[in-house]
Amino acid sequence: MKPGALSEKILGGIFREAEKIGKEVKFMDVCGTHEDTINRGGIRSLLPDNVKVFAGPGCPVCITPVEDIVRMMEIAKQKDMVITTFGDMYRIPTPAGSFADFKAQGYDVRVVYSIFDSYKLALKTDRLVVHFSPGFETTTAPAAGMLAEAEREKIENFKIYSVHRLTPPAVEFLLKAGTKFDGLITPGHVSAIIGVRGWESLTSQYRVPQVISGFEPLDMLASIYMLLKMLNEGRVEIENEYTRVVRYEGNESAQAAINEFFEVRDAKWRALGTIPESGLFLKKEYEHLEIRNEVDAEVPDMPDLERGCRCGEVLRGLILPDKCPLFGRVCTPRTPVGPCMVSYEGTCNIFYKYSGLR
Amino acid sequence: MCLAIPGKIVELRGNVAVVDYGGVRREARVDFIPDAKVGDYVIVHTGFAIEKMDEESALKSLEAWAEVLEGEQ
Ligand code: SF4
Repeated sequence: MKPGALSEKILGGIFREAEKIGKEVKFMDVCGTHEDTINRGGIRSLLPDNVKVFAGPGCPVCITPVEDIVRMMEIAKQKDMVITTFGDMYRIPTPAGSFADFKAQGYDVRVVYSIFDSYKLALKTDRLVVHFSPGFETTTAPAAGMLAEAEREKIENFKIYSVHRLTPPAVEFLLKAGTKFDGLITPGHVSAIIGVRGWESLTSQYRVPQVISGFEPLDMLASIYMLLKMLNEGRVEIENEYTRVVRYEGNESAQAAINEFFEVRDAKWRALGTIPESGLFLKKEYEHLEIRNEVDAEVPDMPDLERGCRCGEVLRGLILPDKCPLFGRVCTPRTPVGPCMVSYEGTCNIFYKYSGLR
Repeated sequence: MCLAIPGKIVELRGNVAVVDYGGVRREARVDFIPDAKVGDYVIVHTGFAIEKMDEESALKSLEAWAEVLEGEQ
């Protein structure tokens, strides 16, 4: 069957189920790539009026605390090093400037696509290479993999600054803080790592129906359909739409690597505050791999966001970017006011990119 | 950003694979795919393969959907 015919059928199913429900329902995605697919596929405009999709904290770069970015720069002022990080992290604004501004001042900051690239750089130089390492489970596993290799090969000039975060605690935090939604479109690749089982407690404790979803427009439509059907049938379960990749137990070898190097502690999320048990920090026995244990720097308290930036509400799934008065006028990807406009996974950036499609 | 397209392993040296995405080739680490072999399809995230993709089951799940929806009309 052609994809077009299939999406028509799924849409038909969505309309039937939405009519049966007869009230407004709200689903949340917590993954920048899901949000991208929803925008690219124009999916919001296709859905029945009573089915709304909101975006949550799906952007690891957006929620990386300003203090950590600034502390990384302060550390690099004290010791010669090469900082590596991802392209969107590089441009995230802070009250003390971005990594890009820091580079313009003459410091050595390089953009990499993978922590593997930073590691390879460390092999080629005698200088210290520090990867400023943000990301959810999908990026923490690669960090753990690279640290394991650095340990095996006794590479001493390779370290990280870990700002890794876990996604299920963030969803739990939103639920506790009162963000209301009728179902969760669960991130497919985080689930590839932590498995279906990594999300089970959210459904059992908070009675949130979930569908683990892939990244094609068809996957998103199918997931929305599955959620509506669950609601109509009165089931509160976790279903897996992305069976071609996600297994119940997840990737146990990746989980083992993460657990080997990292321990879970309370951690701050930019514009959201401290979320219990949501941050990954290097364990005591591997503290030599964390740059903060070698050089540290005091950083003053700083505001998370510029005045008027509503990124916090965007990340909480309370508003979509078009409700922000600065969106598209003052704040654009070329002149970003907040982190949500910078990152490719930021909801404001994604909305701006696809605004012609609406 | 999650890459939705699977790539095919065309070369393998230890934990480093060369992955082909319909003609574009990139290095990827396969530390977490213990039984990786040439010919496997993998999902790669920031330079690391995080899971294998079973192409056959992908097609099957789409067909299964078509049937479910067919039955409901
Ligand atoms: S549009 Fe800009 S100012 Fe408004 S919430 Fe988004 S990032 Fe902040």
